[in-house]
Amino acid sequence: MTYSTLALTLIFVLIPLILSKTLKLDLEKDTIIATVRSIIQLMIVGYVLKWVFEADSIIYILLMILLMIVAATLNARKKGKAIRGITWKIAVTLVIVEVVTQGILLGFQIVPATAQYIIPISGMLIGNSMVLSILFLNRFTAEIESSRDEIELLLSLGGTPKQAVHRQLTSAIRASMIPTIESQKTIGLVQLPGMMSGQIIGGADPVQAIQFQILILFGLLTTAALSSILVGFLSYPTLFNERMQLLRSSAL
Amino acid sequence: MIHNDIAIEFKKVCYEVNDLSILNNVSGVFYNGKITTLVGPSGAGKTSLLKMCNGLHSPTSGDIYIFNKPITTYEPTALRTNVGIVLQSSPIIRGTVFENLALPFKLKNKTLLEKEAIAFLEDVGLDRTFLYRQGRDLSGGQQQKVSIARTLMNQPNILLLDEITSALDPTSVQEIEQLLLNINKKYKTTIIWITHNIEQAKRIGDYTWMMMEGQLVESGESKRLWSTSNDFIQTITLGGQEV
Repeated sequence: MTYSTLALTLIFVLIPLILSKTLKLDLEKDTIIATVRSIIQLMIVGYVLKWVFEADSIIYILLMILLMIVAATLNARKKGKAIRGITWKIAVTLVIVEVVTQGILLGFQIVPATAQYIIPISGMLIGNSMVLSILFLNRFTAEIESSRDEIELLLSLGGTPKQAVHRQLTSAIRASMIPTIESQKTIGLVQLPGMMSGQIIGGADPVQAIQFQILILFGLLTTAALSSILVGFLSYPTLFNERMQLLRSSAL
Repeated sequence: MIHNDIAIEFKKVCYEVNDLSILNNVSGVFYNGKITTLVGPSGAGKTSLLKMCNGLHSPTSGDIYIFNKPITTYEPTALRTNVGIVLQSSPIIRGTVFENLALPFKLKNKTLLEKEAIAFLEDVGLDRTFLYRQGRDLSGGQQQKVSIARTLMNQPNILLLDEITSALDPTSVQEIEQLLLNINKKYKTTIIWITHNIEQAKRIGDYTWMMMEGQLVESGESKRLWSTSNDFIQTITLGGQEV
């Protein structure tokens, strides 16, 4: 694809801009910012990846993964500001997710240990982990706020903080994992995943593209479970003080 | 000096939330094995005081002693098992009445037997047919009775009650009062009871604490206090406030 052909795809940006303006949705500014950012970010990443792939150095691979984890953490923490120390909790979760998934993929030699495989797969898994963490934190903080009486009841009857928030914790973990599980049920029938589509468009054998997609899907399942459970179990103790009292939301 | 007749002692207790004073320099005692009623207008700090006795809140300054030991020396779950609380806002959890009654047992990994549950249910004036009904389908008064029975499952030495009969009909009020008087007499349970009903306060309280704007205005033996505190009663009734 030439750059002039690529430029024609801006028509796809013009359509929502015109619709937003016509229907007064007030999304023009955000759409333009998103478009400009995505162009700049992807161009930079493209050149950086080219450089990293050519260098084929473990240091650069680790730096790329670190960059992804930092960016994902800074994005996800915005949804959990009510929870003390949420930044390091999300960072630890993402590191564990990355170590476990890459440990399995590389340990069993499922994929070759090269930048070409490690970086894109890490990107997809860390990205999914970030979305899962955001979904979990949204649901969990809302559940806690709407169930303060129930949580205080369980504490007042002699329950521990873990027992007191067990229902809210499992409910938020389930709610954040369900979209991943549900989307896998219809995959291939309703939507063709981006990675697989990209490979097929790029000329790869569709069967091989599907094999890699299955690898990613299974990885996403582990990522979903690990992310919400880790963020959940790292977060709930900070809702309480050392006297096992539920802190007011303003004191969190 | 250790007083065996004191269950709970407050020493210069202050409690603030977001720089707003809820309790201001409260000092006083709740006697062991006695019923103390806690009266005062809404916003006097009564519920906060009760939650402090159960360890759900801590004072901003000052000290609370439970059976002559600082409250902070108790392990929180042990304290809350021993100092039971029934709040006006105590919710009925999703599930049957039996599941609600079994909750304190479940929190301690114990199993509640059906016959034990029936006995507690009958104590609060509900028969065995209620056992497997959905708790949230019951009337407000019936839910309050289940809530009381649920707290009693822990067999606490101190029982804290926050307007527990406000949603009940007169017959149920009488039943609950009688039940708690029996518990107090039989097990020497110390009871601290917030009520908005002056007649109830006079009827059941051995002692009374009168609170206003976060302060303890008067306290002492009910008989003496109710005969000499007309000013207090007038202040809180003429002010359009409930007691």
